[in-house]
Amino acid sequence: MSEAKIACRNLWKLYGSDPAGLLRRNHNNPSIETIRAEGYVPAVRNVSFDVMPGEILVVMGLSGSGKSTLLRCLARLIEPTSGEVMFEGRDILAASERELIELRRHKMGMVFQHFALLPHRTVLDNVAFPLQVRGTDRHSREARAREVIELVGLKGREAYYPRELSGGQQQRVGIARSLAVGPDVWFLDEPFSALDPLIRREMQDEFLRLQKVLNKTIVFITHDFDEAIRVADRIAIMKDGVVEQLGTAEELVTCPATPYVAEFTRNVAHDRLLSVRSIMAPASARTPDAAAVQAQALLASVARQVLLSERPVDVVDDGGVLVGTLARNGLIDALYGKEACA
Amino acid sequence: MSAATLPRQESMEPQTQLASMTRPLLVILPFAILLLAASVLPDWAVQVPKGWTIPFVDWANTVIGHLRDDAIFGLFSFRDLTRGIAELITWPLAFVEGLLVAGFPKLGIAAMPWVMTAGLSGVLGWYLKDWRLGALAAGCVAYMAIFGKWELSMITLSVVLVAAPIAGLIGFGIGILAVKKQWFEALIVPLLNVLQSLPHFSYLIPIAVFIGVGHKAGTIATVIFAIPPMARLTILGLKGVAEEVREAGKMAGCTRFQTLWMVEIPAARQPLLVGVNQVIMQCLAMVVIASFVGARGLGHDLLFRLQALKIGQALESGVAIVLMAITLDQLSRAAAHKQPAHAATDATLLERFPFLAAALAVIAASLLLAAITPYAQAWPAELALSTAPFWDALVDWITLTLYDPLQYLRNAMLLYVLIPIRDLFQSIPWTAMVALVAAAGWSLGGLRLSLTVSGFVLFIAFAGYWERSLITAYMVTVAVLLCIAIGLPIGIWASRSERRTGIAKLLCDTFQTFPSFIYLIPVIMLFKVGDVAAISAIIIYAMIPIVRYTIFGLRNVPQEIVEAGITSGCTQRQLLWNIRMPLAFPEIMLGINQTIMFALFMVIIAAFIGTKDIGQEIFRALTFNDAGKGLVLGLCVAFMGLTADQLITAWATKRKQRLGLA
Repeated sequence: MSEAKIACRNLWKLYGSDPAGLLRRNHNNPSIETIRAEGYVPAVRNVSFDVMPGEILVVMGLSGSGKSTLLRCLARLIEPTSGEVMFEGRDILAASERELIELRRHKMGMVFQHFALLPHRTVLDNVAFPLQVRGTDRHSREARAREVIELVGLKGREAYYPRELSGGQQQRVGIARSLAVGPDVWFLDEPFSALDPLIRREMQDEFLRLQKVLNKTIVFITHDFDEAIRVADRIAIMKDGVVEQLGTAEELVTCPATPYVAEFTRNVAHDRLLSVRSIMAPASARTPDAAAVQAQALLASVARQVLLSERPVDVVDDGGVLVGTLARNGLIDALYGKEACA
Repeated sequence: MSAATLPRQESMEPQTQLASMTRPLLVILPFAILLLAASVLPDWAVQVPKGWTIPFVDWANTVIGHLRDDAIFGLFSFRDLTRGIAELITWPLAFVEGLLVAGFPKLGIAAMPWVMTAGLSGVLGWYLKDWRLGALAAGCVAYMAIFGKWELSMITLSVVLVAAPIAGLIGFGIGILAVKKQWFEALIVPLLNVLQSLPHFSYLIPIAVFIGVGHKAGTIATVIFAIPPMARLTILGLKGVAEEVREAGKMAGCTRFQTLWMVEIPAARQPLLVGVNQVIMQCLAMVVIASFVGARGLGHDLLFRLQALKIGQALESGVAIVLMAITLDQLSRAAAHKQPAHAATDATLLERFPFLAAALAVIAASLLLAAITPYAQAWPAELALSTAPFWDALVDWITLTLYDPLQYLRNAMLLYVLIPIRDLFQSIPWTAMVALVAAAGWSLGGLRLSLTVSGFVLFIAFAGYWERSLITAYMVTVAVLLCIAIGLPIGIWASRSERRTGIAKLLCDTFQTFPSFIYLIPVIMLFKVGDVAAISAIIIYAMIPIVRYTIFGLRNVPQEIVEAGITSGCTQRQLLWNIRMPLAFPEIMLGINQTIMFALFMVIIAAFIGTKDIGQEIFRALTFNDAGKGLVLGLCVAFMGLTADQLITAWATKRKQRLGLA
């Protein structure tokens, strides 16, 4: 496996009069009761994770869970109280202001919940803004801006001002701006929360389409579990500043680590989330001529076939190679009964 | 939701009523005891003993004298420095004045023809909003020419055009520094509070000492007076920029400097332009009053004619000032509200820059016209129209037909209202006043607020002008009470429909742009001079905020709550008294707060028509160039305003929080 693009270790962010002192006095690991009793507000507590190149990590949590603060600590928009944030192996908390600016001008892009467009600039000038501040000449920055504007499907709106666009279009501008410098890492802070449900869905599709083309390393913040499932490679669920569980959607649904995570995943339709691969049993031998199911198929799409079959159904991968079997009781257990993990 | 909470509120009522009754009682109790016991109190507790006066005035004068006379930079004194700086302003002033009215005789260049000024103003109005504003602007400029106010009005306009950008830039700089450096904000904000509550005249006295009298000094006073509102609105505007937008700038890789200039300032464009509007209006208000230290122009003309009691001619100048105020306000307001819009990409050059083209056309046409006929260059004096005869006739008519009822009203006011209240105020022991303010402060905001406001009152008491201050307080109190009695019903009436609100807002906006000095003209017309005239002037001027805030408060009651009231079966009257009024009350109190501030400004200006309060003392200080006294008296007025302001703001904030509105 390659090296993590972003890694954070024991990241803390507390608000109060002397948060660093509080950490020191409590062996760098104060309990939430101690923090609250001393009048501090916990935003991020002891968070560690890696984001791999090309991965979409979704951080999910309700308002006040610290997810936006965590993102801002990764981008160093907010100074963490303690911990490490490694960006391509370099500690960005140790970076000087100059280095940080260089990093943002070339490697990072960010999309904001309320778009954060500059009202006095046209779409073209908004998108070209990050290039302008790093000193790219007008001709090449406008050429590049037009390219990204076309990529997000806003061609023809270059001369418009943000207030002349709909919410969905404004966020497309926000996305185009964050992509203008061709960043490696893409931070999205609840990018679709301010949009209507239908537009939100459309934008999620658009986002997945873009990611297929661009293959960025992404940290995506949301409070919407359905959205998380739709876009994530892995999901981190946060509560009171702590990551309660970090794993794939399947892992969260099948093996919730805490009652809080279980509460979230309870209403998710398992058969539309879990794949055959996640619940299949080891294969013995391929049954000749019998019908097989695809390993990456969702349970909902194979349920009828498996449930009507007397004997376990073979599971094959893309190439038709046998990878496992799925029996009727295995499917029933996964959907209605026994937990799939210990 | 609402159905569930309503009965609970009912059941809580007796309890809260009791609590809300005892608190005000506790606040008033010490005051009431001291007031009722006034006759048995020792003298020192009733009148501030002469010997207790702290010589603030002498101290201030020592400092000022030191600054004025002693060489502090080795080669030159502080006064030389200020006069040197003042000298710098004569250049831009001469330039703008030359452009607008005087011409440049040395270079042999004439001033802009009046048709060009009018035409360009029209194009500006059209560009900023629509053809109507253009017509208004052009019409007002043409009025000045045709009605013989050309020179005076263009001189006044030059002062505004020079003073406003300078004041704006300085205020802008101060605002930026305050936002970026916390220590500076901690220092400057209280100072701005005091500066914005100082009466106009207090700015004039130090100017007279350090710069002298004359047109230049008046311009400088105008600049200084207009700085605080710009600084305050800059701070407000920059702080109002959404954190996300600032972060977007940072994530784009902006340096600190780029964040400020390319993100924060452009994003705060609108509040900053509102600040510019304020600066322009303050400049106009001040340049009228600065005529007391010798600023020329319409204000000087007005002052001169008022002093000669030539009401008709004074009204004529007043109308010119009012027209100028409306035009400047509308233009700068339109600039603040103008939103950028995209142009079609296939537009021709003319389509893209229609206004530039129109402006060029106006310049060419008016130069041509001026070459053909001298009427287009300068309107001949013998053809100037005058409205003075009309106004004089009106004044005569009023004097003839309304003399008796007006006299009767005036005397009745004096005998039965003003004099009794004044006597009552003068019988209040100063200790009772301190006790009242301290108790109110303690009740509303704890020890800190209590100490602040009683500090203000103690300053006034020991500065040696307690009795004068009481007269000011009495006039302001009467005026404010009358403002509430008249303004509140107007506000309630106007809040009833969209149309009425529109009319009332337009009137408020318009009246608010008039320089306060203007309001003296009609009251002199009706009541001549004295307390009744002064209080009438205060009422007209100070009623604007109470009407405005009442409308705002009543119309901004959350619609859901109103609907909850309607579905509960309230009549219109019940809706007003049980739902709208209680919820709008904090906002109305803020309106009363503003009314008090306006009243304090006006009461000092009303000294011009012969009141016997602090204003008269300030007036005297101005005449004798007594800067120390002027400063201390100004602070007395400012502290009166700030006492009311601190208490009311604390109350309103608390109340809003309890109602869940803030």
